[in-house]
Amino acid sequence: MANFFTDNDDIQFLFEHMDVRYLAELVEDGFRFADEFDFAPTDADDALDNYRRILTAVGEITADEIAPTAEETDLVGNVLGDDGLVTYAPGIANAIKVLGQADLMGFTLPYRFGGINCPQLVYTMSNEMISRADASLMNIYGLQGIAETINAFASDQIKNDYLPDMASGKHTGAMVLTEPDAGSDLQAVKTQAYQDDQGNWFVRGVKRFITNGCGEILLVLARTEPEITDGRGLSLLLVERDPKVKIRRLENKLGIHGSPTCEIFFDDAPAKLIGERQRGLITYVMSLMNGARIGIAAQSLGIGEAAYRVARDYAHRRKQFDTAIENFPAVRELLVNMSVDVQAARALTYFATFSVDIENAALRKIELGEGAELDAAERKTLKQRARKHKRFNTLLTPMSKYYASEMSMRVSNDSMAVLGGSGYMKDYPVERHLRDSRITTIYEGTSQLQVIAAVRGVASGTAHTIIENLLDRDWPEEIQGLIQQIRDGLAVLDEDVAFVKEQGMEYMDLVARKIVDNAITLLVGALFCDYATAKDQKKAVARRWLADRMPQVHMNHEVIGSGDRQIISDFEILAGPVPVAE
Amino acid sequence: MALNCVVCVKQVPDTKRITGEAMTEEGTVNRRALPAIFNPEDLNALETALTLRAEHGGTVTVVTMGLPSACEVLRDALVRGADRAILITDRRAAASDTLATSYILSCAVKKLEADIVLCGRQAIDGDTAQVGPQLAEKLSLPVISYVEELVGISDGKITAKRNVGNGWEVVTCTLPALLTVMETANTPRPPAARRVMKFKKARAKSEVEAMAADLLEGDYENYTAELKATEVEKYCANLADRGLLIEQWDLDDLEADLTWCGRSGSPTKVHRIQSVVLTGGEYREFAATDDGIAELIGELIHDHTVG
Repeated sequence: MANFFTDNDDIQFLFEHMDVRYLAELVEDGFRFADEFDFAPTDADDALDNYRRILTAVGEITADEIAPTAEETDLVGNVLGDDGLVTYAPGIANAIKVLGQADLMGFTLPYRFGGINCPQLVYTMSNEMISRADASLMNIYGLQGIAETINAFASDQIKNDYLPDMASGKHTGAMVLTEPDAGSDLQAVKTQAYQDDQGNWFVRGVKRFITNGCGEILLVLARTEPEITDGRGLSLLLVERDPKVKIRRLENKLGIHGSPTCEIFFDDAPAKLIGERQRGLITYVMSLMNGARIGIAAQSLGIGEAAYRVARDYAHRRKQFDTAIENFPAVRELLVNMSVDVQAARALTYFATFSVDIENAALRKIELGEGAELDAAERKTLKQRARKHKRFNTLLTPMSKYYASEMSMRVSNDSMAVLGGSGYMKDYPVERHLRDSRITTIYEGTSQLQVIAAVRGVASGTAHTIIENLLDRDWPEEIQGLIQQIRDGLAVLDEDVAFVKEQGMEYMDLVARKIVDNAITLLVGALFCDYATAKDQKKAVARRWLADRMPQVHMNHEVIGSGDRQIISDFEILAGPVPVAE
Repeated sequence: MALNCVVCVKQVPDTKRITGEAMTEEGTVNRRALPAIFNPEDLNALETALTLRAEHGGTVTVVTMGLPSACEVLRDALVRGADRAILITDRRAAASDTLATSYILSCAVKKLEADIVLCGRQAIDGDTAQVGPQLAEKLSLPVISYVEELVGISDGKITAKRNVGNGWEVVTCTLPALLTVMETANTPRPPAARRVMKFKKARAKSEVEAMAADLLEGDYENYTAELKATEVEKYCANLADRGLLIEQWDLDDLEADLTWCGRSGSPTKVHRIQSVVLTGGEYREFAATDDGIAELIGELIHDHTVG
């Protein structure tokens, strides 16, 4: 029996090393649920043991049940019937059934709705394993943020009506945002939502590129205030699958073939309002998207891990010139870079998720009325904690999504380099990983948008604060040299930030990627140094990371400090004219 | 009609993970060298019972005979959905062969008023496939062995499709009855997380006794034997209140005739054990032509590899 949890040293190390105990105490809120639910944990040890068992179960299901179906799922995809119904690939349909039976479809939902109330960090680990088995399944399994959004913002009536079936896996959901003319710019959404004389809501309009749009529970972003043309005129509505919800086509995509991407026509479909009007985009979808971005980071980790393993194994077995190709320096460099890249993305994503958990737990306690007996001082502490981590997460979430998704492309691309011609053929899964990886840098906000979001957090000094917090401790002698390198880099980062702030927004956006890359180098470097205090292998990883990345920090520094704007000023000359169709 | 199902399960060494230390010098299985697992086809039997309960109502009781460590498979059965778990453990049952085992199990099943008794077709350690049918014989129940599909239950009768080696047949018999279930019958459901969280804490009395010093409060080591026993009872009562007590029966509880149990009840004598070592030897090459293939097939038929 294979197991994607127990065979992964890095995930297991992080599970043991990170303070998951603290997260357990947060989400279990003093372990008060044990009185009401006989399965809820009674203390932190109990909760940690649960998490380990749950992750082991996920590891077994993903390795034994799901991974073997990924190739067929990629080949057959989903089918849109004449009746307008979508049939999943058999592997996907079976996986949803099994994951539901295993109680894993309500991973972070409260116990009272059938969930298992796990921290986001544990869910992210599970998401990574799902994606390693079949990246396209993550697009359905990883949509649990929809249920979380309902839980966070909808009325009790809606929660009670919809969440239990989502937790059991009977119903799956979709976040229905994108339209033909509203992609990255969701403020431009045109789909209308209106009320009849009795106050019933209806939705009318076309949505495109909707992942799992054939699901039973659709959260639709629609304009409820026709007179307000920007994001403040948008609300979030729940639409159930209905004859008035017409799936018009399934997209024919490069990768993630198991994930049905639907075009939907809402023909005056009955709807229910989630939360308050006008908060659809600015509050609810932003919250939903932040969770989804961590989800895509986890999906990217799974793809990267899978692609790396194929290459590592192949390079060991494949013999050319009478020796395994892993013995050639060029191949060693590829493999080492891939391995460090995966570990870096995991470090960053898990660190971000940990911080998300802290913010969520504080918000739950303050806003969801789950801590009515809070006194003023406690309330204040929680509010401060929520605010602080919200600030962190506004940086860490896009940073993780950007880095992890780009990593999955790099690593699957390099995996193909290691396999050479064999990797280009369908005989090995690498070409699938490469195709699957490509979407991760696009959806839930492109890399370019993530970088723009992240650079604001670097410019505001948040990145500095986070890195400084990590560095501020006593380090063992042998790691101090590495710490000094990071401190030097931090001084460079501060200098660059001060410089670009003087130069204005346009320049900041122009060099955003370089600034964000530098911040990632330092942040991940600090995380690796922390891990190095607990695990010898991480000492080598930290050294390798800084040796590889610090020269790039200085290179980027030179470019940033040049103030050169030629890309903008000479755009017409450098890019040339727009091609004219013959 | 609600059905009370009793599923007999066994903890076995994972014979798919054979290593060099898998056999003792005496030629018996070295159980310590292999991980202990839920016998695979017993999981199919349990799944059949759980499906029957979902369709007809009733209960699923799981019984195993073995050392207290066999509670591991009982916990797994509870996690997958069983209502009740019973451990039969008794030193006097040691060295039981299939005949003694089926006798002891029959004593347990008699106390449980089963409508349907389910067993896996066979266990992967002994591969005898004898315990199920022998148990039916001792209980005077009709048996449908090698079940691949449950066709249905109506009017106190059960109909099932059974594998007969080179085909299948559909048979009907009256309830109560005993079924032995094959791997092909279904796909066992995975452990459900919420039940994992609950039933990981389930214990049998003998486990509580073994772990008493850790589980019980106070200066346990200095307790008198009597006080220790009282504390264990209290702990077990608490487990029972929470639905977490694995019931434990010994041969006295079963009112078993001891001459039919353990070594004295086991007529099986291992006459000789041969360690077969397969080694490569001669080989022949066949041309990749129609004639070559015909020649290869002829050769395979000739040495009874096929046909």
